[in-house]
Amino acid sequence: MLNFVSTPAMSWPALYAQLVRVNRHSTSLGKIWLSVLFIFQVMVLIVAAESVWGDEQSDFTCNTLQPGCENVCYDQFFPVSHIRLWSLQLVFVSTPTLLVSMYVAYRNRGDKRRLIQGQEEELETLKERKLLVTGALWWTYICSLVVRLLFEGGFMYALYVVYNGFQMPRLVQCNQWPCPNLVDYFISRPTEKAIFTVLLATASSICMVLNMAEVAYLIAKHRVQRQTVQDKD
Amino acid sequence: MNWGFLENILSGVNKYSTVIGRIWLSVVFVFRILVYVAAAEQVWKDEQKDFICNTEQPGCENVCFDHFFPISQVRLWALQLIMVSTPSLLVALHVAYREHREAKHKRRLYEDKKNIDGGLFCTYTISLICKTGFEVGSLLAFYFLFNGFDVPILLQCSQSPCPNTVDCYIARATEKKIFLYIMGCTSMLCIVLNIVEFMYIMWMRICKCFSKHYVPVEEKPYVRRQSRLSHENIVSSELAANTKVCNTEPRAAGEKPACPVSEGSDQSGAPVSK
Repeated sequence: MLNFVSTPAMSWPALYAQLVRVNRHSTSLGKIWLSVLFIFQVMVLIVAAESVWGDEQSDFTCNTLQPGCENVCYDQFFPVSHIRLWSLQLVFVSTPTLLVSMYVAYRNRGDKRRLIQGQEEELETLKERKLLVTGALWWTYICSLVVRLLFEGGFMYALYVVYNGFQMPRLVQCNQWPCPNLVDYFISRPTEKAIFTVLLATASSICMVLNMAEVAYLIAKHRVQRQTVQDKD
Repeated sequence: MNWGFLENILSGVNKYSTVIGRIWLSVVFVFRILVYVAAAEQVWKDEQKDFICNTEQPGCENVCFDHFFPISQVRLWALQLIMVSTPSLLVALHVAYREHREAKHKRRLYEDKKNIDGGLFCTYTISLICKTGFEVGSLLAFYFLFNGFDVPILLQCSQSPCPNTVDCYIARATEKKIFLYIMGCTSMLCIVLNIVEFMYIMWMRICKCFSKHYVPVEEKPYVRRQSRLSHENIVSSELAANTKVCNTEPRAAGEKPACPVSEGSDQSGAPVSK
């Protein structure tokens, strides 16, 4: 009934399923982060990806008949397309969460081995149980959050540097060989592209703020717990 | 466009909504998302390729298209659908928070987690206000960006590098107009549903507040309440309020009963355990 076709290169539902499984062990802020990521970044990317940037090279019009000039100037101005950069950003940003899932799987494997020797019917509860975020899991989780922050910030900075900001000009001028002289090039849908770039940059910033808040929350909670333990002693 | 993800989220929210909320969800799925996916996307598919201008000047078409359509109508429509569906998540988050609290304290804290009362009432109201705000905002954006919901077949453009005023023709203008009207009408229907739902939950809340009227102690129905100290002493709270606790020791002859004999007590005047 409803169209379940995803973009050809990415299988976002599979990634979502993987992230949701790991998210059971995360804090409330982590769960909010996942929703913001998927609704405001992945969905907006899918809305914009094929349609707005689909004809970016075919509608990149130039005021010249010189063969090859268009290709060369397009390559100079768009070393990597926005869409590809965002897809890479989303993939890299989701990867640290997999670190946590690998650690949880490693913990469960150790417990599973002990359980198999004991009662087998508890295997299902082992799979479903939620581990407390303490000890080594806490460190893994903090590392994954910091790596996530670095990737988000890094990709946003890369986009800003490559395209000189988040705006898209209507007219670009190029005189790369084989263009005969300074040639005018017109980008297709520059305003719409700028709007979506700003939207995605805002969503990225919100995700970064959530990640920082989660790090601060975990550190504060850890300090409070340690204080309680010390007071008890 | 993968709307299945949004569909899954909203189906989850269905459990916590009122009757009108469920009607709203059906309208959104059937008349908006389905219409968008099945038809609207195709109508706007070749919008730039088929935007033809009466000029050979390279770049004029690109610039005129960008001038008249800073954001495509179909993309604005999709963003509207995403933004309008998101506030319902607040309600789902609140119910999840209630479940988390019950699990944390390991006892039942709420009579019915999904009942719209207390904090959930505020969350629900805020989500309704946000949804209505997004709908109205999108309609205003459409109106001001595209000068109304009309799609003209001919536009005149004199942006640089067009040499002079140039005629540009939009593809499928009438079909786009029809879909924009459908979009506008369903949007307004959803706004009306949101307002009606808001009034409905306010009315339910007011009724609930006013139905908690004061009832005098004597008129209260008999309510059994277990004593904290002993499970055997089951005493009516009203009976205890109405009757004195009487001495159950046998009376000497001629001695008047310490307290009046009432319906719920035996001859000695002691309250009857039930």
